[in-house]
Amino acid sequence: MIDEIALKELIYKMADDLLILGHRNSEWTGLGPLLEEDIAFSSMAQDKVGQSYALYQLLHDLGENDPDTVAFMRNAEQFHNCQFVELPIGEYDFSLVRHFLYDTADALRFEMLSNSAYEPLALLAKKIKGELRYHTMHADIWIKQLGAATEDSIGRLQESLIQAFPYALGIFEPSEYEDQIKADKIFEGEEILQERWMDKISAVIGSTALALPDLGTITPVYGGRKGDHTAHLQPLLDEMSEVFKIDPTADW
Amino acid sequence: MYGGGNTFEHIKSNGLEEEDPKKLAEFEARIDRGEKIEPQDWMPQLYRKQLIRMIEQHAHSEIIGALPEGTWITRAPGFKRKLALMAKVQDEVGHAQLLYSAAETLGKSREQMIDDLISGKSKYSNIFNYPAFTWADSCFISWLVDAGAIVNQLANARGSYGPYCRALERICAEESFHLKYGHHCVIHMATGTAKQRQMMQEAIDRWWPPMMHFFGPSDKISVHTEILMRWKVKMGSNDDMRNQFLDMYVPKIWELGFTIPDPNLKKNEATGRWEYTEPDWEEFKRVINGDGPCNKERLAVRRTAEERGRWVRKALLAPKSQYVIPLA
Repeated sequence: MIDEIALKELIYKMADDLLILGHRNSEWTGLGPLLEEDIAFSSMAQDKVGQSYALYQLLHDLGENDPDTVAFMRNAEQFHNCQFVELPIGEYDFSLVRHFLYDTADALRFEMLSNSAYEPLALLAKKIKGELRYHTMHADIWIKQLGAATEDSIGRLQESLIQAFPYALGIFEPSEYEDQIKADKIFEGEEILQERWMDKISAVIGSTALALPDLGTITPVYGGRKGDHTAHLQPLLDEMSEVFKIDPTADW
Repeated sequence: MYGGGNTFEHIKSNGLEEEDPKKLAEFEARIDRGEKIEPQDWMPQLYRKQLIRMIEQHAHSEIIGALPEGTWITRAPGFKRKLALMAKVQDEVGHAQLLYSAAETLGKSREQMIDDLISGKSKYSNIFNYPAFTWADSCFISWLVDAGAIVNQLANARGSYGPYCRALERICAEESFHLKYGHHCVIHMATGTAKQRQMMQEAIDRWWPPMMHFFGPSDKISVHTEILMRWKVKMGSNDDMRNQFLDMYVPKIWELGFTIPDPNLKKNEATGRWEYTEPDWEEFKRVINGDGPCNKERLAVRRTAEERGRWVRKALLAPKSQYVIPLA
């Protein structure tokens, strides 16, 4: 018997991450550093928002509200995304570093979930991991290229890496249901995910002129999974729901 | 979207007397036979210059046009609209990429074209100098501005320059989906709540004058472009394009129960042409020359994007010898 509360908590945090990061990445549309990157970020943003929709649909099947209501009508403290994804896009170096750190974790997460005991999630994870393959390929190429190009590009990426890292560790904020979802074989847990993530990102960063911050000296930024957010999330949600809330019962 | 209403300079001297008459005759004979001109083929200087100008304007219109619509991606109501609008605007940026590549085959680099855009030297479709205040404005753009662009682009796809025609064929295929998306949005506004209908009507009222301007000045006052028509650079007169658009879309707008803010708008059944109040061409000129509601903002946003992205482009060009390892 699967613990539904634990399962929902897991799906909510993944869905919220993807919606918020997809929304953020879409802010690059029309403003990218070159047309090809503009298009790439926009395309990945669509995938993320689409993936979040599919996850909200799973929640709907589990008795939660419909995806539009869930996405457009909640306030910041009801969101379970990590704080990392809600931070503003900043300069391209920050957005690229976030894309690399987050998507590497996400690709591993959905790989693990493709063996989940919760069949609908396993099926969806198989589909999503196929899409994420291209996201991580994109991130790796750019990190390798800009992380070993000019003094300026290396300096920018390094600074963003230092800034992003404590927030990136917040992706793996342990859930209070961690033991339950492991016991139910829904997900192997955040700790294993973080270990695998460290291996992956270390390998890519190792091939550049960049250096990863020392894990031992960093305090992860937790709280997002429990509804504790930065001041950036509520304005994002207000903007997202600006039209929807003119009349939430209207069909737009 | 978004090309259309290209502005052509008055051709003071066409320089044709300096061209090799034999080559010129062969060139014109090929165009008459409906053959496409390819990048490596001989072409008169004037043809090259006007084509660069036209394709460049079209490319600029795509990236500038992505700005007023792009601001609605983060505000689109509901998943269905959010996902569709993201995909649509992404298409438009993709069109810019295709078009810059087509123009590059004529000898002007993308960087030069973008420099000319942000310095204000090159033009883009005038309609994007107007603001998109509400969601309904973005619906108007997706449906009707794209519809206007398709009228132009379908005509231009039959033009004489191979790379441009091929880019346009692909663009038109994608545009047809934009049109469906935009129409779908407007239908929902039309059949929705009183508030939705009101928002849409207000958007139509706001956007109608720039929409009439979209196809360029009236044939009565526009510069003579016979030679460009003969060379299949320009494929139809501004008034013909405008008439085609009105014929296709005015009935559809009326069918949805909206009004159009022009009491003189009607089809003359005897001539088959639409009659309308003459658009304010002074305003058109003023806006295209930089004094519209959003000209400064659009170029400033584009300029900022170029400046913020410069380090990335520079890093991509960096030769291996510049690698610096390690950081302290």
